[in-house]
Amino acid sequence: MQLEEKLMSSFVAFESEVDTLAPVHDVREKALKSFEKLGFPTKKNEEWKYTPLNSLLKEDFHIFSKHDNTVEFKDVKQYFIHDIDTYKIVFVDGVYNSFLSETTHEGADICLLSAALAHSKYQKNITDYFHKIASKNDAFTSLNTAFAKEGAYIHIPEKKILEKPIQIIHFSTGNDTALMLQPRNLIIVGKQAEVQIIERHQSLSNQKVFTNSVTEIFADQRAQVDYYKIQNDQEEASLIDNTYIRQEKESHAKVHTFSFGGKLTRNNLNFYHNDEHIESTLKGITIIENKQLVDHHTLVHHASPNCESHQDYKGIYADTSTGVFNGKVIVEKEAQKTNAFQQNNNILIDDKATINSKPQLEIFADDVKCSHGCTIGQLDEDALFYLRTRGIPKKEAKALLTYAFANNVLESVQIPSVKSRINKIIATKLGVDLGFDV
Amino acid sequence: MLSIDNLHASVEDKSILNGISLDVKAGEVHAIMGPNGSGKSTLSAVIAGNENYEVSEGAILLNGEDIGELDAESRAHKGIFLSFQYPVEIPGVTVTNFIKTAINASRKAQGLDEMPAKEMLKKIREKATLLEIDSRFLSRSLNQGFSGGEKKRNEIFQMAMLEPKLAILDETDSGLDIDALRIVANGVNKLRNENNAIVVITHYQRLLDYIVPDFVHVLHEGKIVKSGTKELAMELEEKGYDWIKKGA
Repeated sequence: MQLEEKLMSSFVAFESEVDTLAPVHDVREKALKSFEKLGFPTKKNEEWKYTPLNSLLKEDFHIFSKHDNTVEFKDVKQYFIHDIDTYKIVFVDGVYNSFLSETTHEGADICLLSAALAHSKYQKNITDYFHKIASKNDAFTSLNTAFAKEGAYIHIPEKKILEKPIQIIHFSTGNDTALMLQPRNLIIVGKQAEVQIIERHQSLSNQKVFTNSVTEIFADQRAQVDYYKIQNDQEEASLIDNTYIRQEKESHAKVHTFSFGGKLTRNNLNFYHNDEHIESTLKGITIIENKQLVDHHTLVHHASPNCESHQDYKGIYADTSTGVFNGKVIVEKEAQKTNAFQQNNNILIDDKATINSKPQLEIFADDVKCSHGCTIGQLDEDALFYLRTRGIPKKEAKALLTYAFANNVLESVQIPSVKSRINKIIATKLGVDLGFDV
Repeated sequence: MLSIDNLHASVEDKSILNGISLDVKAGEVHAIMGPNGSGKSTLSAVIAGNENYEVSEGAILLNGEDIGELDAESRAHKGIFLSFQYPVEIPGVTVTNFIKTAINASRKAQGLDEMPAKEMLKKIREKATLLEIDSRFLSRSLNQGFSGGEKKRNEIFQMAMLEPKLAILDETDSGLDIDALRIVANGVNKLRNENNAIVVITHYQRLLDYIVPDFVHVLHEGKIVKSGTKELAMELEEKGYDWIKKGA
C-alpha cells in the first residue's frame, strides 16, 4: 500500500486514541482533507525540485509504534547537552518518557502537548495559538496537523526569563522497522519573556525512521527566543522539519540549525513579522557526506517597517552529498526601512557533491536594504599554503580551514555548552584535533 | 645554511625568476630589495615551497640538502619559516591552538611525541613575554580582526615558537606605522642568533634601520643585479630604483 493511502486509512485508528469531541479535532479533520487534496509533493513541485522524496515515501512506514519502548539514560546521555542543568522533554518512539524528562508548571509551563490538549486550563492558548501560523497549504504540515497529539508544549509567561535551557529530544529505538513519527510542538513566549531551546531528533539504530515535525513559535512583544536544532542523525533517518515563527513588536528570534547527518533532512523555516522593530536571525551549518541530503528552505516575511533579518548558512559537502539552500525574503510594501541580509557559502570537497543555492527576494517597498550573497567554491589556495609553511600537512591544513569556514557561524551561539558541543562535532567530522580548549 | 644556485621559476608560463644565486650563512641577515614586480615575493614563495610556481632550473639547498622537491610542510619541518605579507585569518582557532598544532605537526614529522602541555604553555609564556604580547591576545582567533601590527607581531610570535633555521620575512614592514614597525623589528632582533639566518624582503629601506642586514641584494627582473652591504640600502633610499634599472 502506498504511504499516502496508508496514512489516510490509519486516521480512523488514530481517532480511537484521541478525544474526537475536542475543538482541536476539527482542525485535524480539516488538515486531513487538505493533505488528501494536496498529496505528497513530487519533483514537479518547484519547492521540491532538488529534493526527491520518492525513495523515502516508498518505504512501508509504521504509523504507530507497536512497542512500549524505553531507553536507559546511560545509553543516550551523549545525545543530551548534559554538562549544564536543563529542562527536558523526551520522547521515545513518539511516546513521552517521564523518566528521562524534567518538566515544570512552576513559573512556566514546560510540558506535553497531549496534556495541554486535554486540560481545560490550556484551552484558551490552544484556541489562540494551535495551528494558527502553520501552513494550510503544505502537505507535510497538513499531515502532521491531522495526526497531531503529542510533542512539547511550552508557555513562558510575561516577563519570565527562563533560568535554564529546555531540551526537546525525540529518540527512535528501531524496535519497529521503519517508523514514522509526527511530533507537534507549540511554544508561546510572552511579552518580555526569554527562552532557550535545544531540539534534537535521534535514531538509536540503523532502522529506517521518518520524522515529520511541526513547531509553532509565538514571540510576543520584546520576547527573546533562542532556538538550536541539532541534526546529527543516523544514515537511515530522515527528517522533514516545519518551523513557523510569528514575532511581535521588538521581539528577537534566532534559530541555529546544525545539520551533520541523516539520510534526508529538509528544514522549512518560516518567520512572519507582525509589527515593527523585529529582529530575526537564521543561521546554519551543514556538513554532510556519502549520499546525504540537506535542504534549507527559509522564508522571512517582512510585513512591517523597521525590521531586520540576518541569514547566514554555511555548507560543506563531501562525496556525493547534496545541499539545497532556498532563501526567500518577502518585503511588503508597508515594510519600509527593512534590513534583510542573506549569506550562503558552500564548499564542495569532492567533485560529485552538489549544492543548489537559490536566493529569492521579493521586494515591494522602495526604502530598504536587502542583500544576498552566495558562494560555491573550494578552499583558498593561499590560506592552504600559509598553514603548510607552518608545518601543518596538507590534509590537516584542509581540515583546519574547513573547520574555520564553518566555525564562523558559531559566534552567535549563546549557550557555551552548545557551542563547544557543536565545535567538537565539527572538529570530529572534519578530522581536526585541536587539543583541550576547543 | 641556504644556498640558491641559478634559480629559475615561472608561474603559468610567465618567467619571474631568471637565474638567482644566493648564499646565506648561519648568523647572517640578508636583505633583498627591489622595485614592485622584481620577483621578491616569488623568491620567498619558491623557497618556502609554494606549488603555484614552477621551478625550471637551478637548485635550493638547505645545509647542503636539496629541498627543491619537498612540499611546503616538509620544508617547514626542516627549519624554513616564511612570515607572510598577508597572514590568513582562521576563525575558531586560537593563536595558542594554532601554534600547538603547528609545533606538534613538526614534532610528529621528526618522529617525536607531542610536546607536553605544561612545556608548551611555558614556552608560549616565555616567547609572549619576549615579544611583549598580551596573554589575552593568545586566546583570540588567529588573525581574525587583528590590526596590521598585530598580524605581523603574531607572525614573529610564530617564528619565535617554531625556532626556524632560516626565516624569510616577506614585506613585514608593509602596513605598519613606525611604532608597530619598531616592536616587530625588536622582536626579530631578539630572535637573531649564531645558528639561524634571516632573509628580509622589503621594498623600503626603513625596516633595515631596525633590522640591520649584513648583506643587501637588489633584485630586478628576476635577477640579483647588485649586492653589497647595508650602505647599498641607503643608496637605494636616496636614489630610488631607477639607476639600478638603467644599469641593468
